Amino acid sequence: MLANLGYGALIIALMVCIYGIGAALYGVIREKNVWVNSARNAMLLTAPLITLSVVAIVILLIDGNYELDYVASVTSNSMPLYLKITALWGGQAGSLVFWSWLMSLFASAVTLRRWDRDREFLPWVIIIVLVTLTFFLCLNIFLENPFARLWQMSGGLIVKSMLPPSGAMLYMQSDGNGLNPLLRHFGMIFHPPMLYLGFVSFVIPFAFALAALITGRTDDRWIRITRRWTLVAWLFLSLGLVLGSRWAYDVLGWGGYWGWDAVEISALMPWLSGTAFLHSIIIQEKRNMLKQWNMALIILTYDLVIFATFLTRSGVLSSVHAFAQSAIGPLFFAFIALTFLVSIALLMHRWNDLKSDSHMTSLFSREALFLLNNLLFMGILVVCFWGVIFPLLSEVFTGQKVTVGPPYYKAASGPLFAGLLLLMGVAPLAAWGRSTYKTLGRAIWKPAIFAIIGIGWAIVEGVKNPWALLGFGLCALVTGVIVEEFWRGARARQRTKGENFVLALWRLAGRNRRRYGGYIIHLGVVFMALGIIGIELFQTNTQATIAQGEQITLDGYVLKYEKLSIFDTEDRRNIARAVVHVYKDGRFVQELYPRRDFYYESQQQMTIPGVRSTWEDDLYIILVEWEPVSAESATFKVFRNPLINWLWFGAIIFMLGALAAALPEKEGIVQIRQVKHSEYSTAKV
Amino acid sequence: MFVKHLLHILSEENRFSRMRQISHICGFLIAIMLFFVFEAGAQSPPPTPSDDEINAIASELYCPVCENVPLDVCGTQACEQWRGVIRDKLMEGWSNEEIKQYFVELYGDRVLATPPAKGFNWLVYLVPPLVILAGVYWMVQLFSRRKKTVSQSEATINLEQEEYISRLEEELKKR
Repeated sequence: MLANLGYGALIIALMVCIYGIGAALYGVIREKNVWVNSARNAMLLTAPLITLSVVAIVILLIDGNYELDYVASVTSNSMPLYLKITALWGGQAGSLVFWSWLMSLFASAVTLRRWDRDREFLPWVIIIVLVTLTFFLCLNIFLENPFARLWQMSGGLIVKSMLPPSGAMLYMQSDGNGLNPLLRHFGMIFHPPMLYLGFVSFVIPFAFALAALITGRTDDRWIRITRRWTLVAWLFLSLGLVLGSRWAYDVLGWGGYWGWDAVEISALMPWLSGTAFLHSIIIQEKRNMLKQWNMALIILTYDLVIFATFLTRSGVLSSVHAFAQSAIGPLFFAFIALTFLVSIALLMHRWNDLKSDSHMTSLFSREALFLLNNLLFMGILVVCFWGVIFPLLSEVFTGQKVTVGPPYYKAASGPLFAGLLLLMGVAPLAAWGRSTYKTLGRAIWKPAIFAIIGIGWAIVEGVKNPWALLGFGLCALVTGVIVEEFWRGARARQRTKGENFVLALWRLAGRNRRRYGGYIIHLGVVFMALGIIGIELFQTNTQATIAQGEQITLDGYVLKYEKLSIFDTEDRRNIARAVVHVYKDGRFVQELYPRRDFYYESQQQMTIPGVRSTWEDDLYIILVEWEPVSAESATFKVFRNPLINWLWFGAIIFMLGALAAALPEKEGIVQIRQVKHSEYSTAKV
Repeated sequence: MFVKHLLHILSEENRFSRMRQISHICGFLIAIMLFFVFEAGAQSPPPTPSDDEINAIASELYCPVCENVPLDVCGTQACEQWRGVIRDKLMEGWSNEEIKQYFVELYGDRVLATPPAKGFNWLVYLVPPLVILAGVYWMVQLFSRRKKTVSQSEATINLEQEEYISRLEEELKKR
């Protein structure tokens, strides 16, 4: 009953979407506002309908209605309530409904904004958002139905279908398979929603961009409307990526945070183009340049969002044959191709209208450096895109599968990331318009002292690796620039307003959140870079099999294997848990418990490392193997990950900066004040 | 004593017995050599490679089943067996390269972390730098085009100004 209700809500939502598209089109062609308003109401209606469907799935998951294929595949009786709820995005069908639901919420939020000044955009934004939503709803209704039931045919065969096949009986299991153990982690609970929020919120700026292309209103109005949407999208996407990294670090048991896996890269790609877009639109706002480029970037970001979902959901990554066999793959491919081609055609159509009157005047101007920043982001994007699709191309054209693994991405993107760090230091010092190497040189000498101190300190600490020294120097340079920017601004306020330094600093950042939020984001990136340099260039590891009482040594640490206990838990896990004593410089520092959990339901295992975390490093111990009965000896793999916690700390600073930048400015208040002032002046005259 | 005996054998007087005794000595020397060879073999059997030595090779290999998970951290039984094969090959004295090549011959190039630079695979290494270079070229063009446009427009303005000034001067002369 509940399943029928949920499925019915999805079908009605699809019909409402199709109606909305038709009504908006009719309204705009016939210039009848009543139809556009009707389409607007249709878009608003999609949110409660899909919410109904989501609530139905969640209740079915909590209740354990195992006659539903989706429920049986992602939940089990022993799972706690919160995991049953989050199982909504634990499988293919559920995560697609979740995608649609978030999309409908964002669509409603857009619908509810004031449209007085941008009435001509409205019908086109409705059409573009609803076309995207229609596509995802179609996937759910026709291909990946979370409400499909399991039926047992007379021959014993189990089939999946919404309606009963003739002669079949409902197949009811007493328990489900349970959620993949790897997904039972806080990082994986929040990682997909954040990533999806990022994905769907990028649809909004894309819809406005296309509306601007269609209507011919090619000034920067669409950018001003969607600036905050873009920042919010970017914030969520960044958060999703960081949570995913933390999950990998805690759960996958290989001592790293980023494996350059195709799924990870597919989420990184829209982030790269989105970050380039965020920088590039500043040039358009300040200098009225790069209008064509900004359009191209947002089109690219939108299609990369769909491409990321396609890569993870179509099975194409395991093999092109899996892609061809799945029904979902070709549909996704067709949708990406269609939206991309239509968008590019529109861009070409308006190409001349988007030409700028302003010129690049200097190679050392801020806009030139921002453009270089875009080039580097695009370079990393090309490396990622090509690395992900090359194995597929190789399989198609030569019949041979190849692996494009981490060494490729690290070698190709490392120098580009270093270039970005350098630009983060230099670009804020360059002026808009005309700027020469002399003016830039005069501005950079103070931060350069920071860089020299940074390198000197690293050398004193015993760092010899030239790449690490370069990295630390760049980090120090960027920190110097940020400190100077805050210092200069606060001192200026102190002089003019007579405020104390702390208040001046607070108000300075508060009055220009976007700019100073940006600097905080840069500071977060510096800390993250420290962590990345630490783990990438200085990680050490060792593996050994030792008996109880014996020890392993690694970089000044001594690990003594004390004992191992094996036991079952109530939630049907078998746990093998080792006790390891950690000594540093001959002194006992901590007891760690690396363990291996085996899940009886899914017959899968999960490696949970024992970790000792400090600002200096993480000692990360994995229990690899042990003697089954006596546990007399066990095999441990030990990693020392220098500076890794700066990565997580930097990520928090990064998010705070992004949040500060995304908060609304007091623009409205200022405008009202200005209006009142001008009215007053007019009245006086 | 041994030298004295040798000289005695080599002396001219003992020709017949010399041949016999040389063969005895050769046999004795061979026996000693063989003893040392076998003794040496018995004393140092092929050393068991450490886990770190195995992982050093395993970290550069990917099994065809586990997508994008290097062999040194993969927990599947198949990967465990592969690591066992690496151990055996190391014990047999194979070099790292020989072991990697062994897996390539068995399972194809996909076991390597990056595609070997040959044939179609060259594209994976050439396309990104070429695209980035194209981007750099586009940027350079953007600047040079802008400069041209600016200088051309400045020239046009100058020309227009010159015409205007000459016209102005002529009109002033007429007055």
